[in-house]
Amino acid sequence: MVPLSWYLIFAAALFSIGLFGVLSRRNAVAILLGIELMLNSVNINLAAFWRYGDVLQMAGQVFAIIVFAVAAAEVAVGLALVISVYRRRNTVVADEISMMKW
Amino acid sequence: MTGEQIVFLLVALFTLGSGFMVVTTRNLVHAALWLVSTLFGVAVTYALLNAPFLAVVQVVVYIGAIAILFIFAVMLTRKDMRDQGPQMNSNWWVGALLSVLTFIGLFFLLQGWNGLSKTAADIPSGFDSISELGNALVSPTAYVLPFEVASVLLVAALVGAVYVAFNRK
Repeated sequence: MVPLSWYLIFAAALFSIGLFGVLSRRNAVAILLGIELMLNSVNINLAAFWRYGDVLQMAGQVFAIIVFAVAAAEVAVGLALVISVYRRRNTVVADEISMMKW
Repeated sequence: MTGEQIVFLLVALFTLGSGFMVVTTRNLVHAALWLVSTLFGVAVTYALLNAPFLAVVQVVVYIGAIAILFIFAVMLTRKDMRDQGPQMNSNWWVGALLSVLTFIGLFFLLQGWNGLSKTAADIPSGFDSISELGNALVSPTAYVLPFEVASVLLVAALVGAVYVAFNRK
């Protein structure tokens, strides 16, 4: 049987990889890819705690499904914003989208 | 080492390797395809955790919808993803340092927790996690309110996405 720690360390590593993508990519679509990795690692944690805790309590899986819905909503709005910005400013580089920077 | 552990390690290595390729590949179409393989590895992880519904939803929603949406977005913004110029910003080493520190911090935080080496109890016989999950999602004593709020959120996000991306000219 796999101990709980393996899943948690696996999820922590995936989260860190996603964090690196969010912090260092220039392309806005690539930043959203990093966010997807982070959301997935959180979902692994939720499913692992459901399995290793009380199986009869479905909270972990329900929470994971809510995260699925939020991820779908986030990616739809995020990519719509990227496409809208690309149409107006002809760029998707996050550094160059600075009109709201004070 | 049991067979399940070997399978878990292979899946974890495959997933982490694909995830690393997602954040480092220059070509964004390739990055989106690496994301598909990462998501597939996560789906196998759900299957290992005895959560078949999550595994199927991962394949259908994440790979079938979200990853394809990413590929569409990459292709619609194609002019800027030509492989020229750096793909990382000038402070990428700060991001690398922060993510390594996050991992080390989480690792030591987990080390100090005594539930870490816990192994999973056997699933009770006759327990059907999918029907339990379905009951929990629509039961007024459980999670029907978050479920409905999530559906409202999805509708709002779809309307918002169409409104934001609509070409008014």
